[in-house]
Amino acid sequence: MDKILEVKGLSQVYGKGCDLCFASTGPEFETNICPHCGSIVALHDLSFDLYKGEILGIMGESGSGKSTAVKCLYFDQMPVSGSALFFDDSGQKPLFKLNPAQRRSLRNHRFGMVYQNPNLGLNFDISAGGNIAERLLMSQVMNYSEIRERARELLARTEVLTERMDELPKNFSGGMQQRVQIAKALATRPPLLLLDEVTTGLDLSVQAKILDLILEIQSELNTAMIVVTHDLGVIRLLAGRTLVMKYGRVIERGLTDQILEDPQHAYTQQLVASAL
Amino acid sequence: MTSKALLRVENLSKTFFLHEQNKVIPSSSQVNLTVYSGKLTALIGPTGAGKSSVLKSIYRTYLPSSGRLLYETAAGVTLDLALALEHQILELRREEIGFVTQFLHTLPRQKTLDVVAMPLYRQGVGKLEGRARAAELLAELNIPERLWEVPPATFSGGEKQRVNLARGLIASPRLLLLDEPTASLDAKTTDRVVDLIQRKKQQGVGMLAIFHHADLVKRMADEVVELSVPVVSA
Amino acid sequence: MSNGINFAFLDEYAKREIRRSVIKAICIPGYQVPYSSREMPMGRGFGTGGLQLTLALIGADDTLKVIDQGSDDSVNAVNLRKFIEMTCPGIDTTTHLQEATLIQSRHRIPEQALRADQILVLQVPYPDALVIVEPSEDKRKIMHGEADYSRLLVKLYEDIVKFDEITISHRYPTRINGHYIIDPSPIPRYDVPKLHNSEALILFGAGREKKIYAVPPHCLAEPLAFDDVPFRIEDFTDSHGERRACKLCASQTSFLDEFIDQQGERVYQCSDSDFCEQQQELAHG
Repeated sequence: MDKILEVKGLSQVYGKGCDLCFASTGPEFETNICPHCGSIVALHDLSFDLYKGEILGIMGESGSGKSTAVKCLYFDQMPVSGSALFFDDSGQKPLFKLNPAQRRSLRNHRFGMVYQNPNLGLNFDISAGGNIAERLLMSQVMNYSEIRERARELLARTEVLTERMDELPKNFSGGMQQRVQIAKALATRPPLLLLDEVTTGLDLSVQAKILDLILEIQSELNTAMIVVTHDLGVIRLLAGRTLVMKYGRVIERGLTDQILEDPQHAYTQQLVASAL
Repeated sequence: MTSKALLRVENLSKTFFLHEQNKVIPSSSQVNLTVYSGKLTALIGPTGAGKSSVLKSIYRTYLPSSGRLLYETAAGVTLDLALALEHQILELRREEIGFVTQFLHTLPRQKTLDVVAMPLYRQGVGKLEGRARAAELLAELNIPERLWEVPPATFSGGEKQRVNLARGLIASPRLLLLDEPTASLDAKTTDRVVDLIQRKKQQGVGMLAIFHHADLVKRMADEVVELSVPVVSA
Repeated sequence: MSNGINFAFLDEYAKREIRRSVIKAICIPGYQVPYSSREMPMGRGFGTGGLQLTLALIGADDTLKVIDQGSDDSVNAVNLRKFIEMTCPGIDTTTHLQEATLIQSRHRIPEQALRADQILVLQVPYPDALVIVEPSEDKRKIMHGEADYSRLLVKLYEDIVKFDEITISHRYPTRINGHYIIDPSPIPRYDVPKLHNSEALILFGAGREKKIYAVPPHCLAEPLAFDDVPFRIEDFTDSHGERRACKLCASQTSFLDEFIDQQGERVYQCSDSDFCEQQQELAHG
């Protein structure tokens, strides 16, 4: 199996930070706020490997650092320390050492991101098709008919009515907006897809369909994915392996069924016991 | 044909530590067994002896607490499943080790044919061929054709179990773990399943199984390993 | 000068700063060079950017032409010309394109081809083509630097979706020298191809927005378009499929303005008054 991503020692601090930040926060201190300088240690020493076509779950409650992790990988933020190596077809790319143009190129062509809030992933002032067109135009697809055709295909694939491709996504239901976001993320057939709480806040039946779609995409395109969620059900359905995070730290990692059936850490046991 | 040892379990113990109650719960204790290619080893013992725990430890759904689980891979490497990397385990699950449990977990909208063919899809088999092979197996297990294109969520217990069995058998794993695969089947269907399992054995699949009925152990087991309830130390 | 005002109104230091910005703009075609736009004795938005460029470049031996929407006689053109004449003693002014060395214009590039010894100064209200898709100037600067124009192209896409064609009538985004996209000021689409491989230097001045940019001579200028939906200039054919003509000079090649005459009829005439007069003189011998 081929590795696609290797993350080592990723840390993120909001605030000015001090020498004691990492030593004074984390699960054993029950906080991620440094008592010495008041900075928030959003993420500390996150390391993992991701293989082609694999779905990795990152589970935790809000403030655990799970979203920060994917936002760093998508260059929405730069981490204070740590490295991430992306194994692209054309060679290895150290994500946080790239220049802005190289970062933008990866973001546009090789990575896809689906946010919990469609507002972040979609431009609500342009049509659903236009949103997909944007990603294609970033990839220098300059033929209007081809862009239309690809946008139509992607929307059909994600089960958005193609008759509605010229409508503004703000008129769509939440589930439909997520579908458009997924279609947009997939437009360049990225080998890596980041999914941040994509089903949170949706009706159960809509959730199930989105999860279904994600699995279909994984098996069709062999896309590697990182799925960030607080929902055990999502993890159970999607992820082969799971990291459990709390106060910015990974407190447990393992095969998903093992995490759910034989959790080792007190927090994970509590989490699994309280879910049905 | 001389069978070779596919899996040697040495001194496997599994205990659970419940943080909430600060309590250690023993599940399986000092289990030793061997599974041979083309043979079926049956696990017997009273409720609470940790039979399922052994299967789950081998599949790594449980983290073994101590002992060795030496598995001979198709590539001829001996791997301790207790220590294997997560990616190695995932690859073995995809290519070599199957697990049929009593419960069927499926995706909400997935059709029965696709549920059964899923292990093949994961190995890269195309949709057409996967579905054809799934259909063959479902027919053999007497699942009416009208159910094939329907998700199994609404099926009866027995139907679900057969779908589960079909999914476990379809990819012909080298090692198959069976946890009461016939628990809710009638006599006639049980016979069909027994037939199918016998044939898989002839094809060289090594099996470790728990049966709910002593009669089935007699009919199918080549080796029997008896477990006893672990003693809780005071 | 006896009245204490320097030649060309601006002090020499200000002119030098503007000329330095012009040189930078020429060196980086299409790049918006910031400069310290001076207070002028007229409201910003009345062509102060173009005026400062003209005043920084003009010398006593120059011949100046000032036009507004093609016309030498409109109020804005007349006032600007008067101001420049007043503050630049010794210069000549003209309405004839061929005689001019320096041409300041608003909304048009003259009908007839410019020469290498001429400079065209265009007054610009909004210098940044990206302003319609990105409100933050910081972000726009990064987008320009990385030639990240996909969102602008999406606007064109949406235009075609809604109207079956690109409806941008003026300020048509144009890529200069293969990198920067400029707002070529409110010239009609008809004038955009004149930016490409021009003999004359074309300068753009935005006084309120404090930006100068340039399309140097013989430079690539490509209006944004799709491979299969090419850029088109305005269509002046009538319902019979014939090219409309100017009612004054009968030209069938010029950019036309539409009027309603006293009888309530639509009539067309050249937007470039100098060109129109020259055509009429030619016709009458």
